[in-house]
Amino acid sequence: MSVMAFSPKKIKKAKLWLISALLLVVLAAVAYTFLYLKHDAAMTDVGNRLASPSWEHPMGTDHLGRDVMTRLLLGFRLTVGYSMIALLAAVIIGVPFGLLAGLRGGWVDRLFMRIADGFLAFPDTVIAIVLSGLLGPGIGNLLFAIVLVKWVNYARMVRSTVLTEVQKDYITIAKINGLSTFTIMRKHLMPHIIGNVLVLASLDFGKIILLISSLSYIGLGAQPPTPEWGAMLNESRPYFQANPEMMIYPGLAIVVVVLVANILGDYLRDKFDVKKEVQP
Amino acid sequence: MTVMEISNLKKSYTPGKLAVNDVSLSIQQGESLGLVGESGCGKSTLARCLLGVEKIDGGSIIYNNTPLANANRKEFRDYRRNVQTVFQNPTAALNPKLKIKGSLLDPYLQFQRELELEHFTFSSKQGFVEQLLEAVELPKELGDRYPHELSGGQKQRVTIARAISIEPKLIILDEPTASLDVLSQGAVLELLSSLQKMLGMSYLFISHDLAAVYQLCQRIAVMKDGELLDIFQKEDIYDNSRHAYTKELISIF
Repeated sequence: MSVMAFSPKKIKKAKLWLISALLLVVLAAVAYTFLYLKHDAAMTDVGNRLASPSWEHPMGTDHLGRDVMTRLLLGFRLTVGYSMIALLAAVIIGVPFGLLAGLRGGWVDRLFMRIADGFLAFPDTVIAIVLSGLLGPGIGNLLFAIVLVKWVNYARMVRSTVLTEVQKDYITIAKINGLSTFTIMRKHLMPHIIGNVLVLASLDFGKIILLISSLSYIGLGAQPPTPEWGAMLNESRPYFQANPEMMIYPGLAIVVVVLVANILGDYLRDKFDVKKEVQP
Repeated sequence: MTVMEISNLKKSYTPGKLAVNDVSLSIQQGESLGLVGESGCGKSTLARCLLGVEKIDGGSIIYNNTPLANANRKEFRDYRRNVQTVFQNPTAALNPKLKIKGSLLDPYLQFQRELELEHFTFSSKQGFVEQLLEAVELPKELGDRYPHELSGGQKQRVTIARAISIEPKLIILDEPTASLDVLSQGAVLELLSSLQKMLGMSYLFISHDLAAVYQLCQRIAVMKDGELLDIFQKEDIYDNSRHAYTKELISIF
């Protein structure tokens, strides 16, 4: 095969195809759960437990006789939905704080930076475990813990963007022209922030899914019988030797979604980098 | 008629050392006043004081018979509307994430309530942007481009177009040609002088390049170590009464 086959342009194009295809699968799966579900995800059928794949149960049944495919698809909606909620909350809290700290400076900025340093001193997972341990297991508490951990990243990123941009001449000129702080924020700073936030969010999306799943796996997040992927992995642990597919399905689902999120993040980063060359 | 009167202006960054020491100048309607001096002599600081970016530590800036320190909101807004600026580095002076037209429209959108334009007419944003680009001899489709797609000279023309867009009385040009190559420098200087003929505003042209100042300006002021040493008509540049430092500058140019 020639070297040209791996030119950056072709890789980029292949990436785009891959994202589109995977996104389509993901969306189709979500749509399917809303439109039509054959089985109840919580419906047990002990007489038909650990069944092999059949037309009735394409991915078989679990240790309580529940349809694995139904649970997997519903888990999809749950996992993706929870991550979205956590992410959105983190962005909505983080961005205004970052803008405020960057633009106001002084004691507001110092106070904020100390808080941020405090959160950053511990790994995300540790804080999330401690918090959901303190507040008690449950998906609501877990989401709260994740938002508490993640908003700092957005605030810090927005703050540093604001700090580098406000020193530049174009902001000075905007101020000379008497533009209000709000207008400068909206017209001149937002375009710098939006791209960065989107890229960071799409990369964080994968991480949050992993965080939710891993904490649910150790029993701190979603509780059974919620068909959350991490919880499903946990439930199928005792059956790993005889029925490994029970763990493989949710595991694969997590891999695929995290992968899509990361590729999407990479793609967005390339896309939002309008400035391809700096300085003449 | 005097556009701006600067009297005994003082500015200090470190206590005990004045970056601008007791400078008095007046800028007349329609003239180009050149301000030359070596790097660090306080000429850019003076410009930043005049633009209200830095607070002054003494003296006054008088515009329309009102010292700026006593100006009310409305008078200060009028000052901002009438004093525009072009900076040295056009890449830094344009927001890299905004299209050219977005940057160009900033002053107009800010002052549109009180504006009465004589030369340009505003019917639509697009048309206005095209008029401005035409005035600075740029192709009118550049409005939809991003700054990084333009050359340094083109970007500087865009910042000039932004400065003239609301037809101010005075434009403070802080080394507008310093970051350009020699050919673009000449072209920008010619553009500035033809725009002045067209719109009739005054320039305060700050530069370390005596040749450029000599080409554009009618009066020349010389600064060193924060002090104004000499101010004279361009014709008197070789006059024997010039300050020793001015003579030194002339000898190297």
